[in-house]
Amino acid sequence: MTAALLDALLGLLTVDHFAFLMLGVCLGLVIGVLPGLGGIAGLSLLLPFLYGMDQTSALAMLIGLVAIIPTSDTFTSVLMGIPGSSASQATVLDGFPLAKQGEAARALSAAFFASLIGGLFGALVLTLFVLIARPLILAFGSAELFMLTLFGLSMVGVLSGANLAKGIAAASLGLAIGMVGAAPATGEYRMEFGSLYLMDGLPLVIVALGIFALPEIVDLLRGGASIAERAALGSGWFKGIADTWRHKWLSLRCAGLGAIVGAIPGLGGGVVDWIAYGHVVQTTKDRGNFGKGDIRGVIAPESANNAKEGGALLPTLLFGIPGSGSMAIFLAGMILLGLQPGPAMADRNLDVTYTIIWSLALSNVLGTGLCIALAPGIAHLTTLRYALIAPFMFMVISFASFQATRSFNDMVTLLVVGVLGTLMRRFGWSRPAFLIGFVLAPLAERYLYQAVQFAGWSFLTRPIVLIILALTVASLWAGLRRRPAGAAVNTEGVGGAATRMLPQILFSIAIAGLFAFTFIEGLGVSFLAQIFPVAVGVVGGGATLLVLVQQMRGPKEAGTANFDTEASVSDFGPWPYLAWFAALIGLTGLIGFFAALVIFFVTFLRVVARSSWVQTAVLTAAAALFILTLAKALNLVFPGGLLQDTYDLPWPFR
Amino acid sequence: MIKISRRAAVLGTVAAGASGLARPAIAQRAVDFSGRTIEWVIPFAEGGGSDVWARFLAPYLSKYLPGRPNVIIRNVPGGGSITGTNDFFLRARNDGSTFIGTSGSTQFPFLLGDARVRYDYAQMPPVLVSPTGGVAYLPARFGVKNASELGRIKDQELVYASQGATSLDLVPMLAFKVMGLNVRYVFGMRGRGEGRLAFERGEATIDYQTSSAYLTQVTPLVQAGTAVPMFSWGVFDANGNVARDPTFPDLPHFVEAYEMMHGRKPSGVEFDAYLAFFGSGFAAQKPAMLPRGTAAPIVAAYRKAFADAVADPDLQAKKGEVLGEYEQAVGDKVEKMYKVATSIAPEARAWVREFLSSNYNVRFG
Repeated sequence: MTAALLDALLGLLTVDHFAFLMLGVCLGLVIGVLPGLGGIAGLSLLLPFLYGMDQTSALAMLIGLVAIIPTSDTFTSVLMGIPGSSASQATVLDGFPLAKQGEAARALSAAFFASLIGGLFGALVLTLFVLIARPLILAFGSAELFMLTLFGLSMVGVLSGANLAKGIAAASLGLAIGMVGAAPATGEYRMEFGSLYLMDGLPLVIVALGIFALPEIVDLLRGGASIAERAALGSGWFKGIADTWRHKWLSLRCAGLGAIVGAIPGLGGGVVDWIAYGHVVQTTKDRGNFGKGDIRGVIAPESANNAKEGGALLPTLLFGIPGSGSMAIFLAGMILLGLQPGPAMADRNLDVTYTIIWSLALSNVLGTGLCIALAPGIAHLTTLRYALIAPFMFMVISFASFQATRSFNDMVTLLVVGVLGTLMRRFGWSRPAFLIGFVLAPLAERYLYQAVQFAGWSFLTRPIVLIILALTVASLWAGLRRRPAGAAVNTEGVGGAATRMLPQILFSIAIAGLFAFTFIEGLGVSFLAQIFPVAVGVVGGGATLLVLVQQMRGPKEAGTANFDTEASVSDFGPWPYLAWFAALIGLTGLIGFFAALVIFFVTFLRVVARSSWVQTAVLTAAAALFILTLAKALNLVFPGGLLQDTYDLPWPFR
Repeated sequence: MIKISRRAAVLGTVAAGASGLARPAIAQRAVDFSGRTIEWVIPFAEGGGSDVWARFLAPYLSKYLPGRPNVIIRNVPGGGSITGTNDFFLRARNDGSTFIGTSGSTQFPFLLGDARVRYDYAQMPPVLVSPTGGVAYLPARFGVKNASELGRIKDQELVYASQGATSLDLVPMLAFKVMGLNVRYVFGMRGRGEGRLAFERGEATIDYQTSSAYLTQVTPLVQAGTAVPMFSWGVFDANGNVARDPTFPDLPHFVEAYEMMHGRKPSGVEFDAYLAFFGSGFAAQKPAMLPRGTAAPIVAAYRKAFADAVADPDLQAKKGEVLGEYEQAVGDKVEKMYKVATSIAPEARAWVREFLSSNYNVRFG
């Protein structure tokens, strides 16, 4: 085994192979920095180039890209409060406050170092377990997976903010929206309004961007000026590394958690960063600083999300079952290279597996080095006026959203979810709880149904099920004890009690209406597809009513239910800037994305950023060039509008 | 709920074989794609089976199309492939600059008369049809050595982990029904891989895998003595009869297995329905078509290019798991296989609709 391992390393260290590894790492770095673009978009970019490549180079390139994304996506999470990909949403919670306190360098170096530990740990797990993982993976059937979704949902306890009812309502809202589309048990469609677009359910990338990124961009725009009031990075590079070293056991625990969640096929890894974040809060005594800039809140998710990739390779290689969206494309890449995953990867094709492992380890080391080297440059962005950066952000999140189905509907969905996210942020409804519910909704329903169908209710007595159940109860207890004082993290910031309760009450009523709709839609389908929407409608509706009752009692009596960050503002709130984004989308609906983008850039830069004509021209040209290059590489036709319906225009206006 | 209108159902019955086309001789002079970029539309996301299929074939097609144009893959995912195919059917330019490759998952809603389908296969001229295959297998612990002993478990409840009643797993569902096996279906699997895991855990007690997955993933189980292959789905021969799968020449195909179990050939409307969906889902699973109204010389140029591409020695050497051992329908054979993939007798359709609505809650408008 050792000899084979060394052979694989030597094979990788030739100039050719190493160059391709670097290529993958560099591309992954850029993709990771761009909000909303992650492994799926990056690997799609590389797929067309696989034809004719040798296996080692191609694998090194693909793995290089996958491995670095959970490291480089930390930049925007920490510096701008916008998750660079779905893997580092939780990093925002403490990373961004640290950056605002002038400790961006410390947060970034702690994150990168934690990523390195996680990445190497993932590679180690892959090395040790590839030979014996088969029975372990097979031990996780639908019953165990259902319990794991419950375990994930239990994290809502610590992520619900000060008001538990609101947190439960937010998670239920996520569950309800996650149920849009076909019911796993029967294939019947629910809450899709007869729309072909909604029958697949809402794409995670769009929901995540709408919930987290759009409200943050709009908020930063409102603040005017630049993100960093003082020096962009601050000092503390070594402090960050020392922080991670001090918390190395935490880092390793979270890496283990990440590798396990990644390795179990079917869980998807979409919430691994939140599980790690929940874990660190639950196991910490002095939790008062979480959500306000606790370095441990950065270390935990960053250790977990890099380790996840190593774990996710196990089911991909051994069973040909992708552990995540990006692994599905990696699998396609392997097949195009003439490699068929299967038991042989731990046997006859072990050399290929070792090449993958070394690529993973090497690119984690290289990626961490590159990220540290590039940090000062990238951090410089935060000293620029945000009005100059915002149009690029709008462009990138639009582009990332229509990666989902390549249609105008994607952009409309982004806007609608963005409005919901903005309101949730304003009224203190936990967005992490919402996202956990959204990701786990279809999984929880599917696995519960399958578990009962396969084994009857006796599935509850299986040993692993009982162990996970115990963990879930412990996790709930850890999240709920010492409420309401210091138990939960205020994910939406603190403060903001209002004297006028009407806006909050209207929002709560709208949410209650949504739960009523979920309930009624649930009644319209057959029994097996009915259970979940009805249950979510009842639980979510009940929690919302409780919030409403508290809010109705008046500003003071409402206590923790009273939360309105816009209570005492003098401007028009986030709406003018959301309207700018809506205008971009509306214009796209008329004349297509590319033309709309150019007009949007010019107008926005002149009106909002008050740029000179020269600056406007340069920035618009840069944006156009960037988006055209990316679209060309992905063979993408931009979403069209009425104009494109009527006339056949040449690309990129098509 | 799945709503399927009567209007669309009628549309489906006139499907297939409507494209009368000119001979290649005229084509070669007129068509030249030099310096052009041709888009191959795949109505699925990157990384799926159809995407891999197209990405594998694209460079060879590029090599043999007149003028050696650049062939790129354009993924248009969403709506279970109905969205992208609808859009292509209604809007694609018919100048040879774009064509589409679909799959059984696109054909099935069309054959079932799904109201959301706007495309009509009969109007799109086919240029290639790729078959695929699969093998059904049982756990060894049942003691069933081969298909002739299937009668021993016909009263025993078997469990199949399915992707959904109207997915590609409709084919095994119809097969088991015709066979007279007592199978309960657990839905909601995402891909056959999850079904196989359920089988390996012992939760599912009957399964099938497509040929390449069977070879790499199930053969080790057979060698270890935990699984026993029963039959392959088979392929269509030149006369449109079911024949043995070239990947598994020693394994009986479905019709043979039926004879081994029952001592007679299968017949009746159930069997006709099975054959239609078997054809569309396996024997002629992936067709590539040009937009409706494409000029005959362009169609001929594409057909020739695909015929040459498939004959390319480099492709033959590398086809491995992507195309398997199956004979690609090109040139003159393409029309016939395309008809298999995209047509169904009205009675058979009516039977399947009734079967799905009364047993599996598929609702028709």
